[in-house]
Amino acid sequence: MKTRVITPADVFEKYLPEEYRDLVDRGPYLENHGVAGLGTTKELVEQHPHCAGCGVSLGIRLAAASLPSPEDTIIVGTPGCSFFALAQTAVNYSNTAFGNQNAVASGIKRMLQVRHPDKNKDVIVMVGDGGIADIGLDLTLHSWFRREKITTIMLDNEVYGNTGGQESGMSKIGQKLNMAPTGKKFPKVPVYDMAKTAGCAYTARVTVASPYKLEKAVRKAVLIARNVGPTYVQIYTPCPTNMKFPSNGTINVAKEAEKEYYSFDEYFTKEAEQYLAEQNALKNSQGIDEK
Amino acid sequence: MRQDQKVVNADYLLFDAPRKESFITGSEAVAEAIKRANIDMAVAYPITPQSESMHLVGELYAKGYVKDFYRAENEFAVMAAIHGASLAGGRVFTATSGPGTLRAMEMFPVWAGARQPIVCAFMCRGVSLPPSIQPENIEMAMLLETGMMMLHAENGQDFFDMLLKAYIVAEKPDVHLPVGVFADGFFVTHTRDKVMLPSEDLTLESYSPHCAPVPAFNMETPPIRITRDPLLNKSNFISYAANASWHQEVLAASERARKYLNRYLNGLLEVEKPEAKIMFAASGTAVSQCREAIRRLSDMGIEAGLIKIKSVRPFPEKELREATKEAEWIFVPEFNAGGWLAREIKAALDRNSRVVGEPRVFGGMTMPPEIIIDAVLKRLQSSDVNI
Repeated sequence: MKTRVITPADVFEKYLPEEYRDLVDRGPYLENHGVAGLGTTKELVEQHPHCAGCGVSLGIRLAAASLPSPEDTIIVGTPGCSFFALAQTAVNYSNTAFGNQNAVASGIKRMLQVRHPDKNKDVIVMVGDGGIADIGLDLTLHSWFRREKITTIMLDNEVYGNTGGQESGMSKIGQKLNMAPTGKKFPKVPVYDMAKTAGCAYTARVTVASPYKLEKAVRKAVLIARNVGPTYVQIYTPCPTNMKFPSNGTINVAKEAEKEYYSFDEYFTKEAEQYLAEQNALKNSQGIDEK
Repeated sequence: MRQDQKVVNADYLLFDAPRKESFITGSEAVAEAIKRANIDMAVAYPITPQSESMHLVGELYAKGYVKDFYRAENEFAVMAAIHGASLAGGRVFTATSGPGTLRAMEMFPVWAGARQPIVCAFMCRGVSLPPSIQPENIEMAMLLETGMMMLHAENGQDFFDMLLKAYIVAEKPDVHLPVGVFADGFFVTHTRDKVMLPSEDLTLESYSPHCAPVPAFNMETPPIRITRDPLLNKSNFISYAANASWHQEVLAASERARKYLNRYLNGLLEVEKPEAKIMFAASGTAVSQCREAIRRLSDMGIEAGLIKIKSVRPFPEKELREATKEAEWIFVPEFNAGGWLAREIKAALDRNSRVVGEPRVFGGMTMPPEIIIDAVLKRLQSSDVNI
């Protein structure tokens, strides 16, 4: 089935753009080489219109390379910076209103289960910090309370980038930004901790300075969401444009954050741990370790 | 659908299947329609006067008529989840009222822009102007330009039939747009009325996403990468042109729906006594009030005709011009202070000083035939038109 959807009919093949044929022939659909393969294979994200040094676009590129089944994945997004690279990522992508993403994803996931009960269909929300921590917080939390089997990934650049550098709930306390002319008055919204109490089966906090940790976190999050319950990955994706650091400093900024307040963290429910243990036992013979 | 139901084609279910009389509320009529509509998924959130209908749809889920159902966290979330479920290629249903409609407002143009055949019932009530839960249909004025088609039911029978017909028209490949089916809260939802129902063993054919002009998001449809309904916020002419032409196509699809609405609703409007000098033009329960006013006026020796507007979007401009050729006065009684229907009619007619936007009631006030008759008599006394 997977190959049928990917492979163009012979009569159409010559009309398809070269770039699409390239995706079919060498893309990561049936065999994803992961983050280690970046630069040597055809990628899901090959170009984007983000600013130089953009942490969000790097986060999207790494997350896309980490998808266990991109051919069976739909990403749900929102308006905002993340939209630009995601709209050019070679998976199904839906983008409607701002803040409704986890409700849209709930509807998609449930309908896919109704219509294709025997197939794995991964539904992933991938949006910025404003979309989750501010305007979409209620809908995000409720999707977790309901135990919707979707993965939520926050690309946290600690600012509203696309609208011009305004304070978001995820901005750091004291940070001077547009709409926070005297500095932000309260700390980052604790979405990461809320995810654990709201019912996520797996949570991970990671930065773009740790691509392999990021890869494992995204992969685990998608597999656990497929089989156990909601999952949440919060990725720090620094913004050189609004935070005013040089565009070649993104990784260093993320590394510093890892030391200060963005340390790697992972949380599993018992069910999630048990699921991964079973998967590992199953895959040990193939030399793949999920955890 | 349930295993014990028989799939029949739409025309048989609507026109040919034998019907039996029942005595049910408008809310129950909604559930009876949904029972026969082969729904994949419904999402609910409580608000008066809608709640009862979605309780009943929840019970249909428990009995196996609807495949998935849940109570969501607010109306914006409901309409977003319904949008997602429809993107994934299934048939969906929900309902709301007044403030819930406004809470969810952002999603209605999204449905139309995404070309989704979503059917939503609106049990109209007052909004906070000031707060009222009582019957009033001002929310319809606020939905006129969302790209959604809008049908207005007069009674429980209309509500039942229009919901099923809404799915049939919405899902035509050359239409594929959302339909709102509106009924005046309480008057229709909470009162019992005779409703003729086909057997509950019959149901519509299931929805096929292959009839859609846009691909379903199911990862079964080539090509492998699909971006639907993207934000076109690049500042260049191609972006503007792409957005504008898509918007034009939504409006054109609504125009193409006219032929199906004509067939299934038997016209976008219905006319009685088109030769009368005094005409009433109304939609929803105001039509029923006009019927009684017309009967009493006739007893007084004053003949009046009636135009029942069933489809508000698309709006029957041409039919209205035809139906009002002989009219000297066109009274438009409404259950709202804004008088949106009178404005629509004025915009469609020439010599529109004939249109009298009276009477109007709101805040939960009823519209007894007396005040309709008073409005007519007042005009007659102050004019030299010979009726």
